[in-house]
Amino acid sequence: MEAFFQSFYQLYEKTGINLTILYDAYDRGRFVEGIETSIWLSLSCLFFSLIIGLVGAWLQGSNHTITKRFMQAYIQVFRNTPPLVQMYFFFFGVGVLLPMGESEYGIPEPMFSAFTWAVISLSFFAGAFNIEIFRSGIESVPKSTIEAAESLGYTRTKAYLYIVLPLAFRVCLPSLTNNMVNLVKTTTLAYAIAVPELLYVSNQIWSDSSNVPEMMTVLLLTYFVLVGILVWFMNRWERKLKLPGYGV
Amino acid sequence: MTDYKYKTDLPVLLPAAKRLARKDERDAIWGFGLMRPSGRQLSVFAIFLILITGVAEARSPDNQQGIISILIEWTPFLFEGFLFNILISAMAMLLGTVLGGILGLMQISLIPSIKHSSWFVTQFFRNSPWLCLLFFTMYMLPFEFDLGFVVIPFPDWLKAVLGLSLPIMANMSEIVRGAIQSIPFGQWEAAESLAFTRRQQLWQIILPQCVKRMLAPWMNWYAILTMATVLASIVGVNEVMTRVSEVLASTGGRVDLLAPLYFYIMTWFFLYTYPIARLTMRAERKFNVNT
Repeated sequence: MEAFFQSFYQLYEKTGINLTILYDAYDRGRFVEGIETSIWLSLSCLFFSLIIGLVGAWLQGSNHTITKRFMQAYIQVFRNTPPLVQMYFFFFGVGVLLPMGESEYGIPEPMFSAFTWAVISLSFFAGAFNIEIFRSGIESVPKSTIEAAESLGYTRTKAYLYIVLPLAFRVCLPSLTNNMVNLVKTTTLAYAIAVPELLYVSNQIWSDSSNVPEMMTVLLLTYFVLVGILVWFMNRWERKLKLPGYGV
Repeated sequence: MTDYKYKTDLPVLLPAAKRLARKDERDAIWGFGLMRPSGRQLSVFAIFLILITGVAEARSPDNQQGIISILIEWTPFLFEGFLFNILISAMAMLLGTVLGGILGLMQISLIPSIKHSSWFVTQFFRNSPWLCLLFFTMYMLPFEFDLGFVVIPFPDWLKAVLGLSLPIMANMSEIVRGAIQSIPFGQWEAAESLAFTRRQQLWQIILPQCVKRMLAPWMNWYAILTMATVLASIVGVNEVMTRVSEVLASTGGRVDLLAPLYFYIMTWFFLYTYPIARLTMRAERKFNVNT
C-alpha cells in the first residue's frame, strides 16, 4: 500500500502533478476526514429535512388557518432568501444570543458547534422545499382513490396510511431526489462558517501545498462521485417501488 | 383561468363577479391572498414593531448608537452592494442562458459524439456544487489576459459571473433538451412531410413551441441564481455580504447587531425574489405544463 502511495511522489517528481492527498499521510488524513464530515453533514441534513418535510406537510393540511399561514410563511421565507445568509443568521446572529456552555475543562464555549448550526440551517432550508414536494405528492392522489378506500371500509387514518401515503411517496420521489442532490451540493456552504468539510479541507491543502489545479480536479470529481452514488441509489429505489400502470 | 369560479347569469351579480375575478388575478400574482391582514391585525403588527424597535433602541447603552439608526445609516452603502448582486445575477443569467441554449441544442444533435460529450458536460456542471465552481473559476483563471499587444484585465467579479453562469448553463441545457423532447414527435414528422429541412423544423416549428414551456423553469433558475450571488462574497467580491462584514467591523463588532443586520439583508432578498417566485407560479399555471 505504501509503495502505491509513494508511486504518486514519483509521479510528482516526473510530471509535476502534485497529489499530496495520496503520498502525504497528513494531507491524506485531512482529506479523508473532510469526506467523512461532508457525508455525515449530508446524511444528518437529509434526515432532519425529511422530518421537517413530513411534519410540515401534515401541518399544512390542518384545518387551522393560523397553522397553515405560519407554514406558508416559513416555506416562502426559507425558499426566497439566500441559504448562505440564513446560515450566517443562525450561526452569528442566533448563536451569540444563546447562553454559553462549558467544555469538559471548564472553558466556556458556544452551546452549538459550527457543525450543528450548519445542520440546523441547511435542514430548515431543504425542509421548506420538502414540505412543498410532499404536499404536491399528497394532492396528486385522486379523490376517487380515497373514496374507493372509504367504500371498502377504511377509516380516514388508515386510508391515509395505507393508500394515500404510499402512492404520494412514489409521485414525489423524483423531485425528492432532485432536492436531495441540491442539499448535498449546498453542504459546501458550511465552508463559510469553518466546518471542516470537503471544500474546507481542500482549501487548506491547496493553500499549504500550492497544488490548486490538482486539488480542484479531485474536489470536483469527488462531489461528482458522491452525487452520482446518491442518484444511483435513489433511481434504483424508484424502479423498485414502481407500480405498473401508475405514474409516468 | 380563475373566473370560472364566479360564473353567473344574473345581471345583478355580474359586476361583483368581475371584481372578485380581478381580485383573484391580483392575488395570484402578488400572493397577497395568502396574508391579507385586516386593519386590526395591521395595527397590532405596527404596535409590535414599534415596541421591538423601542426595546432595541432602549437596550443599547447610552454611549452606543441604536441598532435601527445603524441600519438606516448604512442602508445606502449596503444597497449599492445589493445592486451589484443584481447586476452579477443578470450578467450570469445572460451568459448562462446563451451557453446553455447552445449546449442544449448540442444535446439533441444527430451526431453521436456531439450528443454524448454535451450530455457529459451538462451532467458534470449540474452535479457540481456552486461554491466549488466559483472557486474553480477564481483560482484557475488568470487575473489578466496578455494578448501580446493588449492586456485585458480580468477582475474578480467577472470571474464570479463566469463561475455562476456555469451551473446555469448546465441547467438551461437540460431545460432546453427537456422542452424539445416534450414536443410530440408528430410535430417533427408533420414538418418533415411539409419538406422543411431539419434546421427549419427546429427553428420554425419546434423551438417556438418550446419557449413558453421553458419560461417558468427559466425564471425559477433566475431566482436561485440571485440567491447564489452572495457566494461571491466568500471568494472576495465586493458585494452585499462583504459590505455587511465591513459594516460590522466599522461599528466595532457588536454582537447584538449581527442578527438584525443579517435579517435585514434577508428581507431585501425576499422582497426581490418572492415576486419572481409568484410570477413563476403564474407562468406555470398559465402554460399548464409540469416542470
